[in-house]
Amino acid sequence: MDDPSEIQTFEHDVLVIGAGGAGLRAAIECAKLGYDTGLVCKSLLGKAHTVMAEGGMAAAMGNMDERDNWKIHFRDTMRGGKFLNQWRMAELHARQAPDRVRELEEWGAVFDRTETGLIHQRNFGGHRYPRLAHVGDRTGLELIRTLQDHAVHQDNITVHMECKVVDLVKDGDRVSGAVAVWRDWGRFVNFKAKAVILATGGGGRAWSVTSNSWEYSGDGYAMAYAAGAELMDIEFTQFHPTGMVWPPSVKGILVTEGVRGDGGILKNSEGERFMFNYIPERFASETADSEEEANRWLAGDKAARRPPELLTRDVVAKAIRAEVEAGRGSPHGGAFLDIASRVPAEEIKRKLPSMYHQFKELAQVDITQQPMEVGPTLHYFMGGIRVDHDSQETAVPGLFACGECAAGMHGANRLGGNSLSDLLVFGRLAGVGADAYIKAQTGAPVFDQVQADAALKRTTDILNREEGTNPFLLHEELQEIMQEHVGIVREKAELEAGIEKLQALKLAVEKVKAAGASQYNAGWHEAIDLSSLVITAEAAARAALLREESRGAHTRLDFEDEREEWGQVNIVVGKDGAGEMSVRKEQRPEPPTELSGIARASLEDLEGSTDG
Amino acid sequence: MAERHFKVWRGDAGGGQFEEYEVEVEDGMVVLDALHRIQAHQANDLAIRWNCKAGKCGSCSMEINGKPKLACMNRLSDYPEDFTIVVQPIKAFPLIKDLVTDVAWNYEQNKRIEPFTPRPRGADGEHRMMQDDIERVQEFRKCIECFLCQDVCHVLRDQDRKDAFAGPRFMIRAASLDMHPLDTADRIPALKEELGVGMCNITKCCTEVCPEHIKITDNGIIPLKERVVSRYYDPLMILLRKLKGLFGGT
Ligand SMILES: Cc1cc2nc3c(=O)[nH]c(=O)nc-3n(C[C@H](O)[C@H](O)[C@H](O)COP(=O)(O)OP(=O)(O)OC[C@H]3O[C@@H](n4cnc5c(N)ncnc54)[C@H](O)[C@@H]3O)c2cc1C
Ligand code: SF4
Ligand code: SF4
Ligand code: FES
Repeated sequence: MDDPSEIQTFEHDVLVIGAGGAGLRAAIECAKLGYDTGLVCKSLLGKAHTVMAEGGMAAAMGNMDERDNWKIHFRDTMRGGKFLNQWRMAELHARQAPDRVRELEEWGAVFDRTETGLIHQRNFGGHRYPRLAHVGDRTGLELIRTLQDHAVHQDNITVHMECKVVDLVKDGDRVSGAVAVWRDWGRFVNFKAKAVILATGGGGRAWSVTSNSWEYSGDGYAMAYAAGAELMDIEFTQFHPTGMVWPPSVKGILVTEGVRGDGGILKNSEGERFMFNYIPERFASETADSEEEANRWLAGDKAARRPPELLTRDVVAKAIRAEVEAGRGSPHGGAFLDIASRVPAEEIKRKLPSMYHQFKELAQVDITQQPMEVGPTLHYFMGGIRVDHDSQETAVPGLFACGECAAGMHGANRLGGNSLSDLLVFGRLAGVGADAYIKAQTGAPVFDQVQADAALKRTTDILNREEGTNPFLLHEELQEIMQEHVGIVREKAELEAGIEKLQALKLAVEKVKAAGASQYNAGWHEAIDLSSLVITAEAAARAALLREESRGAHTRLDFEDEREEWGQVNIVVGKDGAGEMSVRKEQRPEPPTELSGIARASLEDLEGSTDG
Repeated sequence: MAERHFKVWRGDAGGGQFEEYEVEVEDGMVVLDALHRIQAHQANDLAIRWNCKAGKCGSCSMEINGKPKLACMNRLSDYPEDFTIVVQPIKAFPLIKDLVTDVAWNYEQNKRIEPFTPRPRGADGEHRMMQDDIERVQEFRKCIECFLCQDVCHVLRDQDRKDAFAGPRFMIRAASLDMHPLDTADRIPALKEELGVGMCNITKCCTEVCPEHIKITDNGIIPLKERVVSRYYDPLMILLRKLKGLFGGT
């Protein structure tokens, strides 16, 4: 064990774990409310996942089409989420997103403009109107850099970078801090805090084909779960329809939906624009039924309906998979995404510069001349840590969650662009929630060194053990299990076999060994992340087994359709009295009448609606 | 599958050496993929930074065959098959371990630049800006903070004048604020003094390595230098300012 005298201690009012869009926005709010705030992240500041977001940030500002308003955004979000979203969260998001975009502008963000000098908004799947504020196809960079620049100038925010939190510490029921390890020097650090906000992002690294970086090991899920909070909707893992499929080393890397929003179309190996064959009943009245109509829409005809390529992600991902299964795939097992024949080369380069660059450099494909080859890639967790929809507090007092690691906003399927706005809306609200919590507390919580030492020992054991398995190989094994058993289409026997395999893997992870010293040791970091990955994977697999229907991003071959009774429940994962993982259905409360009215209203009734 | 030969610098501040590795490679692989293979199979503790694997986050900066590059965007097929690929950490910053350096100094520079200070919104509650007027600022804001420009700038790398010059990355950061149509702050005095724009002698090495193809020198640093010059050294400007002072102007 490390010499305890080397353990550092920091004391903050609020500790924010994660410095993507959600964590940064939460920290800014806490600082504004006067709290001394610690902001911790695993990578360098500004490198979180948020930096990779491409297409844009959804907010019903109505800059492009004045018929748009929060109610239509809310309705689109609920329909995209197959009505499993938390109603209140979808409402808060739709109402507040425009202010969050304007606030970014106030802090220096430079969005692309319309001809009258307003923020330009782009079309995206599932959004009725052009709604995504964006900067070319590098919107996430703009968002994170703006927040980062704003945050580093706040005197009461201290950033701790390349620091991985390994466990939360509690005082009785409530949270009192966390234990972390500096990735660079390998030393440990205690963070004492009155409230903790998790903004750790998702867990896509449990799959082998994913758009996610190494950071997405589900740490937030695992830590919250271990501390006694619950996970919800974790079976809903979004497979983005368009990841790169070739060359092998870039398989899974994202191709923004902006390509389709700006006119790109999907074709199979026979040259057929196949999405017209996959329009679901629910969206039939709002989707173009001929190429001619879809082309008119692209040309700007407001009476024309949207092309089927812009159906929600679950629909498009399954359609591509079905084409490949039917033997009509592209040479490397995907579909063709063609923008070259639709949009002039110069315009492609201007609107999608990073896609142009990415394909040119990594696949030697010129997207202004040739089609791209694309296929589904694990992209996003709709589910996550269960929170109160107004305060963002988890079941553990003083522990909050926001951003991708929190559940509720997106239901069974997330619309593109709704994440970046989610980060800002709920990042801010988590700060407000922490404020209310701290004000209601009497006395600072006690930091229990015994708990901290136990976490430290668990972590250093990985280095100290004589022998054990290579963490990188265990990770590959996990990814193969999830890809095979908990993939884009699922089935009872497959899921059960996957869960079996995960049990064996869990035991191996307990004996993982990292060679070398604690200083910037990649194998050790990988080994520490593995324990979060297996909890995340098991929760997703068990919830997927329980949900006997197909809805949004969760598709069961043995239960092909949405089933009414499953629309009434969310699946909740928690730790039972014996320390085992329990998975249960929980009845959803009746929706507020006003909101359910809006979600089921016709577009005509909502367009031009102005009331708050 | 073919094999390729790599030499990777291993060690820490206390010293180190190049280690040789044979790696099985496939079509389309980049240097970062090969390093990951070494890490998974031959050297679990090899230190590398990376996140996006697509040139978007600026984490994987290193020197590959002597050239500062993003390892995730550098294809193996750019080199002849029998060529040894030599990988080492960037040089301008203190080494932590293997391919990872301590770049904290860069984060300190950002704090020294006065933050964005917008003018009030228009009467309609909007900040109207025309696309043409923001293109230059958007060019600078493409920066992914890979710090490759900082690595090659001889003022930082060879002369080690980090005390006097914030470096090209932070020149364009300042420029992106200075040229922002909404911004009202005056950063010219700071650029002249603490941030040290005068230290740059326009060698353009920074521009050459920028993976985002930002014209750091021509579009950022030279205009900033001109602003400093016209403020402090232009005799007419100085005279005007004096006169303004004499006759009670502000
Ligand atoms: C390629 C790509 C493109 C996308 N494009 C879009 C888009 O156009 N529009 C959109 O709305 N969404 C998009 N998304 C989704 C969106 O970017 C993410 O969902 C969102 O950025 C997540 O933000 P976050 O703040 O929740 O987490 P992140 O930005 O991922 O940040 C997580 C933070 O938590 C830290 N962390 C994690 N675990 C620990 C730990 N144990 N200790 C300390 N720190 C920890 C990490 O270091 C990081 O700082 C895209 C995603 C990807 C991958
Ligand atoms: S142009 Fe200036 S900033 Fe760029 S490398 Fe040369 S001296 Fe450094
Ligand atoms: S200006 Fe270019 S080289 Fe310098 S840090 Fe930014 S992206 Fe990297
Ligand atoms: S890993 Fe992000 S730039 Fe290379």
